[in-house]
Amino acid sequence: MIPAAFDYQAPASVEEALQLLSGGGDTEIKVLAGGQSLLPVLKMRLAAPDLVVDLAKIPGLTGIREDGDRIVVGAMTTHHEVANDPLVAEHLLLLQEAAKTVADPQVRHRGTLGGALVHADPAGDLLAPVLALDAELVISGAAGRRTVPAAEFFQGLFTTAVGEDEILTEIRFPRHTGWGARYEKFTRVVQQWSVVSVAASVRMDGGAIAEAVVALTNMGSTPIRASSVEQALAGCAATAEAVGAAVAGVAEGTSPPADLNGDADYRRQLAVVLARRAVLAAAGVS
Amino acid sequence: MTTTEARPSTPEKEVGKARTRKEDQRLITGRSRYTDSISLTGMLHLAMVRSPFAHARITGIDVGAAKAADGVIAVLTGADLADTQGSLPNAWPIVPEQKAPAHPSIAVDTVNFAGEVVAAVVARTPQAARDAAELVDVDYDELAPVLDLAEAATDATVIHPDLGTNVSAHFVFDSAQAGTGGDVDAAIEQTRADGGVVVERTLRQNRLIPAFMEPRSWVCDPTGDQIVLYAATQIPHVLRVLLALTLGISESKLRIIAPDVGGGFGGKLQVNPEEVITLLAATRLGKPVKYTETRSESMVAAHHGRDQIQKLTMSATRDGKITGFKVQLLADMGAYLAVLGGGVPALGAFMFNAIYKIPAYQFDLTTVFTNKTWTDAYRGAGRPEATFGVERMLDELAAELAMEPLELRQLNWIKHEEFPFTTVSGLQYDSGNYEAATAKAKELFGYDELRAEQQRRRESGDPVQLGIGISTFTEMCGLAPSRILGALAYAAGGWEAASIRMLPTGKVEVVTGSTPHGQGHETAWSQIVADQLGVPFEDIEVLHGDTQIAPKGMDTYGSRSLVVGGQAVINAAQKVIEKAKPLAAHLLEASADDLEFAGGKFTVKGTDTSISMPELAFAAFAAHNLPDGMEPSLDSEATFDPVTFSFPHGTHLAAMEVDTETGMVKLRKYVCVDDIGNVVNPLIAEGQVHGGLAQGIAQAMFEDAVFDEQGTLVSGSFVDYLVPSAADLPHFDTAMTTTPSTTNTLGVKGVGEAGTIASTPAIVNGAIDAVRHLGVADLPMPLSPWAVWRALQGATPASGSAAAAGTGLGGNDPGGTESARMGAGGVADGRDSASDKTEGDRA
Repeated sequence: MIPAAFDYQAPASVEEALQLLSGGGDTEIKVLAGGQSLLPVLKMRLAAPDLVVDLAKIPGLTGIREDGDRIVVGAMTTHHEVANDPLVAEHLLLLQEAAKTVADPQVRHRGTLGGALVHADPAGDLLAPVLALDAELVISGAAGRRTVPAAEFFQGLFTTAVGEDEILTEIRFPRHTGWGARYEKFTRVVQQWSVVSVAASVRMDGGAIAEAVVALTNMGSTPIRASSVEQALAGCAATAEAVGAAVAGVAEGTSPPADLNGDADYRRQLAVVLARRAVLAAAGVS
Repeated sequence: MTTTEARPSTPEKEVGKARTRKEDQRLITGRSRYTDSISLTGMLHLAMVRSPFAHARITGIDVGAAKAADGVIAVLTGADLADTQGSLPNAWPIVPEQKAPAHPSIAVDTVNFAGEVVAAVVARTPQAARDAAELVDVDYDELAPVLDLAEAATDATVIHPDLGTNVSAHFVFDSAQAGTGGDVDAAIEQTRADGGVVVERTLRQNRLIPAFMEPRSWVCDPTGDQIVLYAATQIPHVLRVLLALTLGISESKLRIIAPDVGGGFGGKLQVNPEEVITLLAATRLGKPVKYTETRSESMVAAHHGRDQIQKLTMSATRDGKITGFKVQLLADMGAYLAVLGGGVPALGAFMFNAIYKIPAYQFDLTTVFTNKTWTDAYRGAGRPEATFGVERMLDELAAELAMEPLELRQLNWIKHEEFPFTTVSGLQYDSGNYEAATAKAKELFGYDELRAEQQRRRESGDPVQLGIGISTFTEMCGLAPSRILGALAYAAGGWEAASIRMLPTGKVEVVTGSTPHGQGHETAWSQIVADQLGVPFEDIEVLHGDTQIAPKGMDTYGSRSLVVGGQAVINAAQKVIEKAKPLAAHLLEASADDLEFAGGKFTVKGTDTSISMPELAFAAFAAHNLPDGMEPSLDSEATFDPVTFSFPHGTHLAAMEVDTETGMVKLRKYVCVDDIGNVVNPLIAEGQVHGGLAQGIAQAMFEDAVFDEQGTLVSGSFVDYLVPSAADLPHFDTAMTTTPSTTNTLGVKGVGEAGTIASTPAIVNGAIDAVRHLGVADLPMPLSPWAVWRALQGATPASGSAAAAGTGLGGNDPGGTESARMGAGGVADGRDSASDKTEGDRA
């Protein structure tokens, strides 16, 4: 597998990276942020950029920190770091659960949260948790930094709010401390893209669900927030019957893809079953 | 000559030791040498241009831009090679009328599958070759692709117009004609008339991709008249003969070297277009040339396996005695006949009757061309297809008869006291004990407990249902007696060669014609020779895979290495001992009749006077004092041709969970008890069983080569072609029972394919058993959750949801059998009317 020839630059700062991205004209540029999706695409010659800009050498884009009431994850933080970080475990259990399921250990050590989000593969496992957890995505461009809510970030198949001359630098999450979480991933073999998955996190109050967030992976061209299900779950008893009833409409209005692993109808069925299981598991009921 | 204390008089026996493999130090520390690791001075690189269309006429090829590109030395098209490339060989014309299309290595005017080579670029670097390949501009006139196997057989569109049909061959084995049994149609009619059961099912064997770890690779080095071809192949010897014949090269000028080869599973038992192209490019240019395929190319171009439609009819008496079995197969050859592809499904003729006593039998095979990747041997080759068919049918018959499926099998299998047994397909099974293997498997499995849990889950309506999958099997291993191959019109024999060189320092070189590609020959052969000659394991070197070092051989496939090649090694060792004996007698000043050979030395009977093999080897080398007329060498060679096959067998049990909400099928527990005869190295044997199981389970649950309506391989990468990893499979509980084979002195039967052959039907039977009471009569392979869920949606639960576990559950709950019968298999209205109800397709 040999990619078409391309130039390679590894800038040392965000400013330098932005300069490279804006200086292109007709030059096709791809940003390398871990490369676990980009490199196969290049090797299979599904893309042939003139220039690859590698963000790996820019200091300050990695790591996880507290910032007031927010937990901030640098865009170049690897899935492995996300999955093993104590702040993430304490405040963003859903993100941790999902990060643990990404591909295999090798990929988790190379692939990054920001790379996965900007690549925006609808079967990617981190999009739904980021959407469900109401993250804000900080994008840097020539005009400075702007912050986009997750609900506006994912715009279509492999398309996000990040412009061609911009880069995603950090992801800011409101704390979900004490929330239970489950990323219910459905695959045929362990190392496979999600056929469908459901990300759910709940705050319990007594035996009932006080608040819930639910989002779906691979049920459309972008991750989907199941807002009406979230409303139905608020105040819902944590029983199979009650949760089952609350999530019954989770697939309504979705246009899931059809492929070798299932058609749209089957994916809708999966979404309902997986949503029930995810919410119950997040609520501590298995 | 000494009175020895130097070495223990009876060294510990090597055969039977679970030695770790001596080749692994090198293989797992990165010191392996695969073909792609080879780099020769001045070597050029090839890249292939492949057709994106499954069926098209080539109307023009513009190579101008590619030729002008940086680093490009040459661009070759079918027209360039038309006079030299010949037609790739078909070595198994199973019937004289078999039709085989011409198969040029580079397509000349038409392409017949997506992925076929239409041009080849030679450049100074692999990068330059790949870049220039993108610049070759090919014009195609698209033709309608013929993709559906059943439709192809109707000849609505003929792929190869010169053949006039898509049917390559029609092969029939009929027990009445052969005199090995009755007339199957008569038997089925009689059974019907007698009020017995006739079960008819159409089953599908999915198409598989061998998915060996090392992609195929070749380096051709033409030096003067001599052509050296390094090849990632299982068959360097066969390849040498066939390339010489195909290309008109003198065999003596062609040297094939198979260095480390990273897996094959039958997928590297081929004469490939790419190796012909590499060889011709190198000889035309007079330079070494390398071609290594990408994984994407391997998926579309290396041959596929299986892909059959099986129409099966089995008749039995009401009390479960099989009276007849009729097998009608359509087998997909793909676009061309591969080297053995035309014959592989015909091996099923001898295996569909399996371990059972079947009085009347017919095997009717039609091989058919389609516009898909060619097919050929894949682990098991013809035997997994047969075992799947018969074992699925036994479960279907059990369901129809409401019998416990293991009891039905026991009622029909060959009993241990009946060996040797000549089957309805005419093979003589030498040994086996199906009762012992089955009893051990049941015990390890916890069969009765699982049946009880299955019943509980049914009664409680658990969303996760449990099924028990059963598969017994036997296979014909040790391919193959040359006379039988001749009778089957196979182009070669089935012998194997070995030689032993006694080095002056007492070390031993063993040369084998059975070429390893991951099996562990070096270790096993060393163990065998250590016992034979009484030399230490570490003093033995095993040489293979280079036609100049190991000039004779039939290579590695069909679980033949140990059974045939191992015996050849033993025969060569025996000849060494025979040669050494007069020398020993001469040096010990004793009569040869007074010598005995044990523990690596000759001893004068009743004395402690002896001489060791190393001493004799040095004496032969020095040649100072030999008996009159003796040539100064102990080296020996042997060629062993087996008289018959060997027949490993086993009983495999799988506990399958089906999640009725999602269709997800999970393998919870797997037990197999195999009888592979004596075992040379238990660790290697266990590894073969595990790997075989993984591949057989993969066919049942995961792997599927899927083409779209245009004939493009949709599952063309490991994203979609799901090869399971260790994480997807449970712990395997494996055990052995042993009845030594009587066909070779080691008593071995072959183990390479056992796991693959038996596991596929066990998995599918188990999944169906989990949901049969819900009205599901069949599930397609692979058992994708979507397919299973669809089957559940379309199913109507059997009348009376008291359906009992175990289809009939005979032994488990005698009181409940009547209700069980009502539920199981839908034979609701009793025995008298059942036979006509079972005729239709209930799926």
